[in-house]
Amino acid sequence: MRYLTDRKRATGLGSARSGTGHFWEQRVSSIALLILTPLFLFPLAYNMGDSYEAVREAYGHPINATVAVAFMLTAFLHFFQGIQVVIEDYVHGRWELVLIITMRLMSASFALIGTIAILKILFGA
Amino acid sequence: MADVNRGNRPLSPHLQVYKWPLNMAMSILHRMTGVALGVVTALIAIWFFALAWSPSAFETVNGLMTSWLGWLILLGGAVSAWFHFVNGIRHLVWDTGSHFGQKRVNRTAVVGLVATVLLTIATVWVALAV
Repeated sequence: MRYLTDRKRATGLGSARSGTGHFWEQRVSSIALLILTPLFLFPLAYNMGDSYEAVREAYGHPINATVAVAFMLTAFLHFFQGIQVVIEDYVHGRWELVLIITMRLMSASFALIGTIAILKILFGA
Repeated sequence: MADVNRGNRPLSPHLQVYKWPLNMAMSILHRMTGVALGVVTALIAIWFFALAWSPSAFETVNGLMTSWLGWLILLGGAVSAWFHFVNGIRHLVWDTGSHFGQKRVNRTAVVGLVATVLLTIATVWVALAV
């Protein structure tokens, strides 16, 4: 007995209607982080513990600022993609939905907090 | 009667009695470090926000981040980041269908743990000595 109609099989999107989309996007963000993590982490470690003026100057540089913004956006995207799977594995029913939406909003918020801060430092306002 | 022994039959062994395979620990740590990294990266975002806000705001947040507890959290963040980074590479390799099998899985786990330690030492060295 065939459980899939021909059309369902052809579109290949399954019952959730997103197919391998989530899996694939998570791999792509992880590859981006393979590049961004060393570029972000070593300068961050270098600047951690320095004075206000020194850290302002460091992240006022376009290269550091670009890497930091790219890291913030990609890291919180990847975090949400991962935490969604963790929640789907351990929580079911109403709380599953509540937690996934909460984590999505929090991830977006912290990505924005980091990004806006770095842009303000870069443009020196 | 068929059900006379109900409730007094031997149970199958619980999860606890098994020796943890190394890769099981690696898998659990991958999730735990992933969740921890979300928290630590949020703290870093707040640190940037304070830096953008004012010198006094930065002084407060930076003071907390460079207290002994702050450095401990940052060290935990560095260990988590490099573990998740290295173990993530193992996952990406597995996604291509390669490096399965008991010996290879164990070998890449050990290599990954060594790499995590070395990358963490490098990060601490950059933070303190450079």
